[in-house]
Amino acid sequence: MDQPMDGVTVVEVKNKTDHMAYLPEMEQIDPTVRLQVVAARDGYDETAYTARDVRAALEATERTPEHFAALLSPAAQPFLEEMAQKARMDKRRYFGDNVYLFTPIYISNYCENYCIYCGFNCHNKIRRARLDLAGIEREMAAIARTGLEEILILTGESRKMSDVEYIGEACKIARKYFKMVGIEVYPMNSDEYAYLHRCGVDYVTVFQETYNDARYEQLHLAGHKRVFPYRMEAQERALMGGMRGVAFAALLGLDDFRKDAFATGIHAWLLQRKYPHAEISFSCPRLRPIVNNDRINPKDVHERQLLQVMCAYRLFMPFAGMTISTRERAGFRDRVIDIAATKISAGVSTGIGGHDGDEEGDDQFEIADGRTVDQVVSAIRDQGLQPVMNDYVYV
Amino acid sequence: MADQLMLGGHAFTSRFILGSGKYSLDLIRAAVEHAGAQIITLALRRANSDTDSILDHIPEGVTLLPNTSGARTADEAVRIARLARACGCGDFVKIEIMRDSKYLLPDNYETIKATEILAREGFVVMPYMYPDLNVARDLVDAGAACVMPLGAPIGSNKGLATRDFIRILIDEIDLPIIVDAGIGRPSQACEAMEMGAAAVMANTAIATAGDIAAMAGAFKSAIEAGRAARLAGLGRVLDHGAAPSSPLTGFLAD
Repeated sequence: MDQPMDGVTVVEVKNKTDHMAYLPEMEQIDPTVRLQVVAARDGYDETAYTARDVRAALEATERTPEHFAALLSPAAQPFLEEMAQKARMDKRRYFGDNVYLFTPIYISNYCENYCIYCGFNCHNKIRRARLDLAGIEREMAAIARTGLEEILILTGESRKMSDVEYIGEACKIARKYFKMVGIEVYPMNSDEYAYLHRCGVDYVTVFQETYNDARYEQLHLAGHKRVFPYRMEAQERALMGGMRGVAFAALLGLDDFRKDAFATGIHAWLLQRKYPHAEISFSCPRLRPIVNNDRINPKDVHERQLLQVMCAYRLFMPFAGMTISTRERAGFRDRVIDIAATKISAGVSTGIGGHDGDEEGDDQFEIADGRTVDQVVSAIRDQGLQPVMNDYVYV
Repeated sequence: MADQLMLGGHAFTSRFILGSGKYSLDLIRAAVEHAGAQIITLALRRANSDTDSILDHIPEGVTLLPNTSGARTADEAVRIARLARACGCGDFVKIEIMRDSKYLLPDNYETIKATEILAREGFVVMPYMYPDLNVARDLVDAGAACVMPLGAPIGSNKGLATRDFIRILIDEIDLPIIVDAGIGRPSQACEAMEMGAAAVMANTAIATAGDIAAMAGAFKSAIEAGRAARLAGLGRVLDHGAAPSSPLTGFLAD
């Protein structure tokens, strides 16, 4: 069979489902935003922009989607230094010296999806584990002792092994230890988001991976995640469920990264226009090697390109939050928190149970920055920036 | 008698309200000292941190003005204000209610509702608002201690973009009018004071300066100069042309 990704051997999946068809239990909402994002991505010709367009985008005070398109184009690459300077000014205007800290906690790595690039995929032979509530409490207590006040709860995508009630219980425990609780779990219906909001969650992160549905279909071969439109509408359902903020990301390196970054920005922009109160955030992940496959890499998305994407997001939506992942090396992360990113993770383990004792389950991906919270705090201070553990009150 | 700013029965000699949310905590003390500020705002959501709390960096004797940033409704603002009081931040509260994450423009309607509730509970309520005369009158009736119109979108450093509307509030409202948000330069703060604003609040202009303490001092001087000019009574400033030295009506006999 075809190899959809270099270095990845694919297990054949028989009777693949239609990736554009909702499953019966999936809520269907007004598809307008999704269709607009897909149309914008399809219409984005990154080669159509010139240095003149990039200069106009840099000089603008309120930037439009066309400005954003120019800033993401190859024509903008020679302007990276200027973009970084402007992004830094915008970042300071909205966020001052502040750099927010958090850590992810993986409470289960069981997964029913077959996403061929992901370490948790159901065909990857890794150690699976699911923390029970006592285990979650132990892990969270250990994390809280590091001084962190914000946590992001993650699971593999298995409704069977980590159902909504289980995630809700984890969130209630998290509220005892942390001021701000976010989730990055499988997409769900708006009433389920409303339930988790009542359990203390206020921020929902969903990575779309790629906004190219044809490419998405090749990479997500089985499981609920295969349903492209349901995933793409997750942020809107979360806002309908009363969440305060939502985060967006394309996994850079899966497809044309400029087009995917453009779609990510337009997705966030359209939802902010529709839900003006919503807090918006971007993540900027690149592909990483996984357990049993160290050949997976982000290909043409080098650090220069990644920084270009981050600066383009910052200049387009200067008020948005932006998280820099431990997928990146310390030297890169420490610089981008001064330029574009507002939030940095610290003391990270992407395995199960790694914060209080030995890991019971394997990691989702290899991290490149394993520094402790204290080390990251020092690095932030060394740049004259202000580490902030919490800027949030749940009401 | 000393020139004092009165807010809810409390007297202040400084007319510079300093923000604290956008620069490093170890610079707060120097900024307060150079600003000569007696009131400093802080976001309750930020003060709500257990480690390295912003509260530990604010010099003693400075009045805390917790704000309700993060609130999207009157109900949320009221809950945040009560939390601030419970945290020991005192009775002052600056109401900030935004339903727009892009421009952070205040929601006047919800602000009136929150002012009414919190004033009844004994708070010294300082509402941040979009300069609208009818809303300002409603805020007076609701028990506000002052009215805080924005000069320009928060953090924009664009100055007195709403100048003409703030002037109307100054003319018509008996409470102190404190210009909040958008002030980017000392000269703009000075102009607001010349116009008759009772005080100026600034944050981003200082936080984004090269030397935070020095800029705080520059604002202090500008605000004092503007106030002094206001008290002195500004000389006549003509918008167009000069006044003729031979009056047209000089021929009249009686």
